[in-house]
This record gives sequence, structure tokens and C-alpha cells, in this order.
Amino acid sequence: MAARNCLVANDWVCWEYVRSRSQELTDATVQHVWITVLSVLIGLAVALPLALLARRGPRWAAPVLGLTTLLYTVPSLAMFSLLLPLFGLSASLVVTGLVLYSLTILVRNVLAGLEGVPEDVREAARGLGYGPARLLWQVELPLALPALLAGVRIATVSTVALTTVGSIVGKGGLGNLIAPAVSSSFKAQVLTASVLCVLLALVADLLLLGLQRLLTPWTRAAAAKGA
Amino acid sequence: MGVLGGAWEWLADGANWSGEAGVWHRLGEHAYVSGLALLIACAVALPVGLWLGHLGRGGTLAVNVSNAGRAVPVFAVLALFMVSPLRSAGYVPTVTALVLFAVPPLLTNAYVGMRGVDRSVVEAARGMGMSGGQVFRQVELPLARPLVMTGLRSAAVQVVATATIAAMVGQGGLGRIITAGFTTYDTPQVVAGALLVALLALAVEGVLVAADRLLGPVRRRP
Repeated sequence: MAARNCLVANDWVCWEYVRSRSQELTDATVQHVWITVLSVLIGLAVALPLALLARRGPRWAAPVLGLTTLLYTVPSLAMFSLLLPLFGLSASLVVTGLVLYSLTILVRNVLAGLEGVPEDVREAARGLGYGPARLLWQVELPLALPALLAGVRIATVSTVALTTVGSIVGKGGLGNLIAPAVSSSFKAQVLTASVLCVLLALVADLLLLGLQRLLTPWTRAAAAKGA
Repeated sequence: MGVLGGAWEWLADGANWSGEAGVWHRLGEHAYVSGLALLIACAVALPVGLWLGHLGRGGTLAVNVSNAGRAVPVFAVLALFMVSPLRSAGYVPTVTALVLFAVPPLLTNAYVGMRGVDRSVVEAARGMGMSGGQVFRQVELPLARPLVMTGLRSAAVQVVATATIAAMVGQGGLGRIITAGFTTYDTPQVVAGALLVALLALAVEGVLVAADRLLGPVRRRP
């Protein structure tokens, strides 16, 4: 046996822990990632029609924006607890809660992006014979992409953090490792899982930043010209 | 309607309001922890944000602090505190974690508010011979106030909502009513707990709006 075992000493940093529990850590990280990705994708799919609805005028915008903002003030703990009778102890409960939270940011950003499309661009497209659907997909959405992707970045980073609360129903990705480790005072497990969680958020943010640059090269060109 | 009716019955039952795990005690804990955290966060973030905005430096810092704050889970921070020696320090872990989460929106809004002040107004004030301190107090601060107050309000609501997470690591606050209802499959109690948190958040927001009107400069009629 090693002269000094960091697991026995309950150190904060313990490579022995990372090595011996690598399977557990990987499983938790994988769960964390797919819950986050699924939530943001569904959130985006729900936010798009809601933003289109809100764009129809203030009569629609007020209830849509009001409702999605209201959702954000529901404490995450209460949100997950309230969804329990509907979904039981399942991952769909956590995903649903996270989708509802992501809507606040996504709807706002999609709407801001669509409203930022210059009216003369729209007029020009109509003049070229674009129908409403083609106008949306080929002109408005591409121009709204920078604002939309900025929203996706914010939503993804906060979703990664919020997923940990899902551990209350046992589906919180890395949060599942944190919750039991608090009651047993297992320092290495709490620190490792927390650090992995922050790293996950950072990596997701950087990947999305890369995607943003790849998809909207004109924003950088414009910025360079302006400088 | 069944669940909401049940929540109402739960709230109407006087027995749920008294004692260590009663609503009054939990509400007191929640208000104390949130209020203290907000005060400390203001004392730290507002001077720094306003000063950086006045100097026009450190913009990347002010914005990045806000982004970094979003990436760190409250639950993880609380958990880290609870396995450290801080665990036996009463409300300190919860308050510290909440301060960390209230600082970013306050700092960012203070900075953005100061930077949003029309540069020509600042130039004019300087041209009139105002010193840096005078420009800061008499020109920039009043003009930046609406945005600073918006930051304060969103930070306050966020702190009140986030303080419920403390229950997940066994700390006090209204979150305990939710977790207690959760473990006993008592949905009306969970709804009641969520309603109480929402009401507290609304009350805090109302108080801040009223305070802003009372303390703000008298608006002259046009």
C-alpha cells in the first residue's frame, strides 16, 4: 500500500480518486453533456416559433416575453419538484425544466436578431419574389444568426450549471456525484465534479464561439473594417 | 386546481407556520441570508463597477466576470463550502455563495450604465471646469442610475430564487419547505414553498422599486 493514501486522508485533490473512479466520472459527464445538449436543442426548437409569434406585434409579444421571464424566476429546486408528479424520477423531468429556463434567453435573443434585420433587406427580398417561408429561412434567420448564437452560448453555459440541481431526482450529471459527497464530506469528489462542471461550461462556450465564427464570418470582417 | 387548492390549505394551516421548520422561521432565514448577501455584494460590486466605468477601463473584466459567474453552479459552490471548515460557520457558506452570484450582474450593470452616459455630456461637464469627482457624482452617477437599479433588482430577485438551493446541502431557508415536501411526495407543500419564494422575490422587487422612487431625484414636469 502507498505510504500516504489521499483517499483515506480525504484530501481536496486526489489523483487516486480520479483514477479509480474514472468510469463513474465519465458516466456522469456523459449524462451531463447529453442532458445539456438535448435541453438547448429542444429549447431552440420551442423558442423559434415563440419568437415568430412574439414578432407579430405587441399583443403577442407581451404574453410570450412575460411568460418566459416569469418562468426564469421560479427557483430551480421548485421547478424540478413541481414537475415530479408529471414525469416521475426521470431525465425528461430535468430536460423539461432546463428547456423552460433556456426559453427566457433564447426567445429574447431570437426576437432581437429577427428585429435587427433591416427593413430594406426584407423589402429587397420580397421584390426578388421571396415568399414568407423562404424570406425567413434564407434571409432573416441567417442575418439573425449572430444574436441567436449569442443566446445559445448564454443558454448553454447556464444550462450546464443548472443541470447539477437535477441531482435532486438523481439525474443531474456531475451533480449526482456532488450531492452524496456532501453528506459524506468526500472532498475530492466534490472538488473534482465541480471543476469538471466548470470545465464543461468553458469547453461548450469555446466550441459555440468557434461555431459562431464559422457560421458568421461577415461579422468579423465588418469588425476588422470598422477598427 | 387540486394542487393549488392543496397548497392554499397547507398555507392556511397555522401549524405549518410555527416552529423550527415552520414558515416564519424559514422565511426569516431566507430573508436574512438574501438581504445580507445582497448588501455585501452591493458594497463590493458597485464601487468597483462604477469606478471602472468612470475610468473607462477594465470593460473586458466587467463583462467576463458576468460570463464566468454564469458558468459556476451555485450548487457546486455550496457543496464545496459544506465540505470545507466553513460548514460549521452557520449561514456563512450560503451568504458567501450568494454574494458570489450577486456580484456579476451588479458589476456589469454598473459598468455598462456608466459607459452608456453620453460622452458629449461628460465632455461638456469637463469643459465647464468640473473635476473628475464632480463629473462622477453630479453627471455620470445620476445618468447611470436607472441601469444600476435594474442590475440591483435582477440581482435581488436572482438571490432570493437561488437561496432555495441552500436546502440541497441542508442549509436553512424556504428551500427546506420544498425539499421536505419533495421527500414526502407532498406536492401541495412543494407548491406552497415555491409560492412563498415567488412572493418574497416580488416583495423585494416592489420594495426596491418604491425605494428608487422615494430616493431618486425629483422629476420635474416637462
